[in-house]
Amino acid sequence: MPGQRNGSPPIHIEDLTVAYREEPVLWDVDLDVPEGTLMAIVGPNGAGKSTLIKTILGLIQPAAGQVRIYDRSYTEQRSLVAYVPQRGSVDWDFPTNALDVVMMGRYGHLGWLKRPGPTERKLALDALTKVGMQEYAGRQISQLSGGQQQRVFLARALVQDAQIYLMDEPFQGVDATTEKAIITVLRELRAAGRTVVVVHHDLETVPEYFDHVLLLNVRAIATGPVAEIFTPANLRRTYGGHMDMLLARDGELTPGGGSNGRHS
Amino acid sequence: MDAILEFVQLIFTDYTLRTVTLGAMILGLVSGLLGSFAVLRKQSLLGDAMSHAALPGVVIAFILTGSKAPLVLMLGALAAGWLGALLVQLVTEQTRIKQDSALGIVLAVFFGFGLVLLTWVQRQGSANQSGLDTFLFGRAAALVMSDVWAMAGVGGAGLLLVLLFWKEFKLLSFDPDFAATLGFPVGLLNVALTTLIVVAVVIGLQTVGVVLMSAMIVAPAAAARQWTDRLDRMVLLAALFGALAGISGALISSLSRGLPTGPTVVLCVSTLVGFSLLFAPNRGLVGAWLRQRHNRRQLRRAAVLETLYQLAISHGDAAEVASAHAHQLGALLAAMPGVDVRRTLDVLESEGLARPSTGDRWALTPAGADQARQSLARFTRHSPDELPIRPIALTSAGEVIK
Amino acid sequence: MTPQAEIQLIASIVAVACALPGVFLILRRVALMSDAISHSILLGIAVGFLFTGSTSHPLLVALATASGILTVSLVEGLINTRRVKEDAAIGLVFPVLFSIGVILISRYAGDVHLDVDAVLLGELAFAPFNRMAFFGLNLPQGVWVMGGILLLNLLLIGLFYKELKLATFDAGLAAALGFSPVLLHYGLMTVVSVTAVGAFDHVGSILVVALMIAPPASAYLLTNSLPRMLGLSALYGVAAAIGGYWLARTLDANIAGAMATMTGVFFLLTLLFAPEQGLIARALQRQRRRQRFAVEMLLVHLSRHENEPEAGTENSLAHLVEELKWQPDFAQSTVRSAQEEVFVERQNGLLLLTEEGRQVASRVLQR
Repeated sequence: MPGQRNGSPPIHIEDLTVAYREEPVLWDVDLDVPEGTLMAIVGPNGAGKSTLIKTILGLIQPAAGQVRIYDRSYTEQRSLVAYVPQRGSVDWDFPTNALDVVMMGRYGHLGWLKRPGPTERKLALDALTKVGMQEYAGRQISQLSGGQQQRVFLARALVQDAQIYLMDEPFQGVDATTEKAIITVLRELRAAGRTVVVVHHDLETVPEYFDHVLLLNVRAIATGPVAEIFTPANLRRTYGGHMDMLLARDGELTPGGGSNGRHS
Repeated sequence: MDAILEFVQLIFTDYTLRTVTLGAMILGLVSGLLGSFAVLRKQSLLGDAMSHAALPGVVIAFILTGSKAPLVLMLGALAAGWLGALLVQLVTEQTRIKQDSALGIVLAVFFGFGLVLLTWVQRQGSANQSGLDTFLFGRAAALVMSDVWAMAGVGGAGLLLVLLFWKEFKLLSFDPDFAATLGFPVGLLNVALTTLIVVAVVIGLQTVGVVLMSAMIVAPAAAARQWTDRLDRMVLLAALFGALAGISGALISSLSRGLPTGPTVVLCVSTLVGFSLLFAPNRGLVGAWLRQRHNRRQLRRAAVLETLYQLAISHGDAAEVASAHAHQLGALLAAMPGVDVRRTLDVLESEGLARPSTGDRWALTPAGADQARQSLARFTRHSPDELPIRPIALTSAGEVIK
Repeated sequence: MTPQAEIQLIASIVAVACALPGVFLILRRVALMSDAISHSILLGIAVGFLFTGSTSHPLLVALATASGILTVSLVEGLINTRRVKEDAAIGLVFPVLFSIGVILISRYAGDVHLDVDAVLLGELAFAPFNRMAFFGLNLPQGVWVMGGILLLNLLLIGLFYKELKLATFDAGLAAALGFSPVLLHYGLMTVVSVTAVGAFDHVGSILVVALMIAPPASAYLLTNSLPRMLGLSALYGVAAAIGGYWLARTLDANIAGAMATMTGVFFLLTLLFAPEQGLIARALQRQRRRQRFAVEMLLVHLSRHENEPEAGTENSLAHLVEELKWQPDFAQSTVRSAQEEVFVERQNGLLLLTEEGRQVASRVLQR
């Protein structure tokens, strides 16, 4: 079922409240992500950044409110959305190689029972080339560096050929080469009119890398163009005050993942 | 030679031997294949718990139907194993109790309850119940062809499922969250994979029994994992290893009295694990150890060369004539505590890089001095000419500070 | 004492002896090591039997304990190679040792009294026949042996209580303070091995596993305090032992199996009815918190929209249903309870926050 684009914003979030074991992780969040933007989600630990991404992807059910993708539900539009999870969310000792992982990005398009073939192979190789990993296509994934693993995940999202890209901390613990490769790809995506939303930790690089920003701390503190929103005053509102308390509750705030859940 | 031929002939003619060998082979094949997913999903011990949990199912199926038909008992085992898996999931998700405890409780309690039922049935005096207890420890010799057919049928269904949903199972095992975002019903697939583990267990109970079944789930997959980094090859190899262990175990146990089939099969498959852990080409421990030793030697060699060179320089020799100056072995030993300097020097001498001088003194040969320069330059990223000449200093660990 | 009472006494002693180390096993998330150890001691017993030709020689106990410890070190060794994961390592090791044990027994001791069934299943019913007199007291051997092991466990856990507690809850700190977590791990595993060895010919290894895991897990659902957990586990164990005995008598079934069943029954009851951690209590709790949370959600929503120009539409009940994606009756019951607490008022079909409601909303957001 192919997704549909129309005049509506790629991601529209309305009154979204998410709770983990009845403890609120996100409170009444409203958000519109304009088409063709590169948006960073920024906020302290436990602010619910990953939760927001996972809720958009339907991995977590909200307690109230809704998420619309081009004014339809995620289920109807999932072919328009690609996801780059946190690198630590999988076991990299799994017996498979880089190319194979990238081809997994096509599984959704293939549907049930069909196997990936030469077309998928070619798409996957192209995506690996885009992230500068073509030489590592046959490499077992545990023998890649952290940055290379991250680029494999990025390539997997690229072969999904989506309109909307959601990325959970792609810059976490990567080398300079990878950081550059990722940001190049992000800019190419924006140039192609795609919408990219990235959970981001490094405040310093926000103005350089992104054009829009969502400051999140359980509530949406502020959202809009970086130039207007990314101000010291707004950052203080996001990080200041209740930060200690939020840090202390961090362990409690992990939604969905159970004992192996990771959070940001 | 004749004896071997006779034995081979026996496999084809002797009903019991043929049945047992076939049964053990199918068991190994299916459990190796399905167990691969359990091992990769870190659910190795689920097989152990499920095999114990199956016992009450077997007895209840018998009580309800009065039949000992293999398919009936297998269905009972399947239902009980499944219930056990469900309970483990419920307890770990809803309470603070961790998975290991949940598995242990299901394992021991279900099995205990199975024993209660079994002894109760036995004391009801029903003549028909004899043979149920083969499920406890497995008695491969009691297998008949209809059992083997049932095993093949159930196992074949499992194989078919894996073949059909290969892509989905692979994705689910590697990255379940991603699978969910693509729209695959992760919950359902989880249930399917767990059911497949229970299927493998059920197939093996009669042959190897409750206790040893876990080895049949874990061992072939663990052995196969060492040889390849591809899932498809790993699963095929695991099936092959399992089948091989099944056949060889059955044959070896037929050679002599007092070699029960189940334990013999388990020892065969465990031997494969040991061999794979030690000698598999990339992940093998022996290879890794040899590589590590080689690296250490190379490092030691470079360190001794460099120290000799630096000592020479610190004594004011110009870099070009570093080779002319010989040093007391004692100075070297003091500069590099914990390093087997003497043996390394012998190696260097045999390579023509260092030469002994009078009174236990050693010096670099010109070739050795060249190598030392190069090796130092690689570290400092200077060209040899720019190499700064200054006295060496040593940290407490004996490392040279440059 | 009657044989009946003696059987229950032995089982109760075993239950307490198992529950004590069991508490640390489940807290340290290595519960299944009890399964592995209690199976692989068969190897030590078999080897000991081959050497001594007796099933009660002290050498058997030593060798069986040694094979328990061998299991632990093999598992640790396998994990350290980083070629297999922890769960797989356990699943690989004990079947090997158990298999060797079974083969040794069936090859060389096939027609003696050592049989594999008894090791696994135990024969408590025979326990009273094997007697020993000490201090003029003529009691079944099992009472003396398990009593001794119980005392040993009490002594060791008493002596190293602080260290065990620290290593269990904060292995890093324990190591920093100079208590070797490895040493404590092996120490605990030795206690588990000795207990399993002592228990095997009375209750069988399956019951050992049940008694080491299920009672501590039940206690874990009732308390957060380690001393109370130890005491409750012991009580659970004894209750299962005695309850199991009578269940077995009623059904004329295997005693060890019945006791294991009872540990499960008690666990299930606790799982359902424990006051805080139980499934029922949690469901009720969740229900209450869900309502509370819904009211808070409503207040936050209203407060965020009350100053907007379209507040008029945002704050109608129908609109709430639309916006928050609540079921109509859920929305209505939430509004009703918010009204009862005077957090909101209804005016002309619109919901307006009271001053108190506004305060609650801002407090909620500050949390």
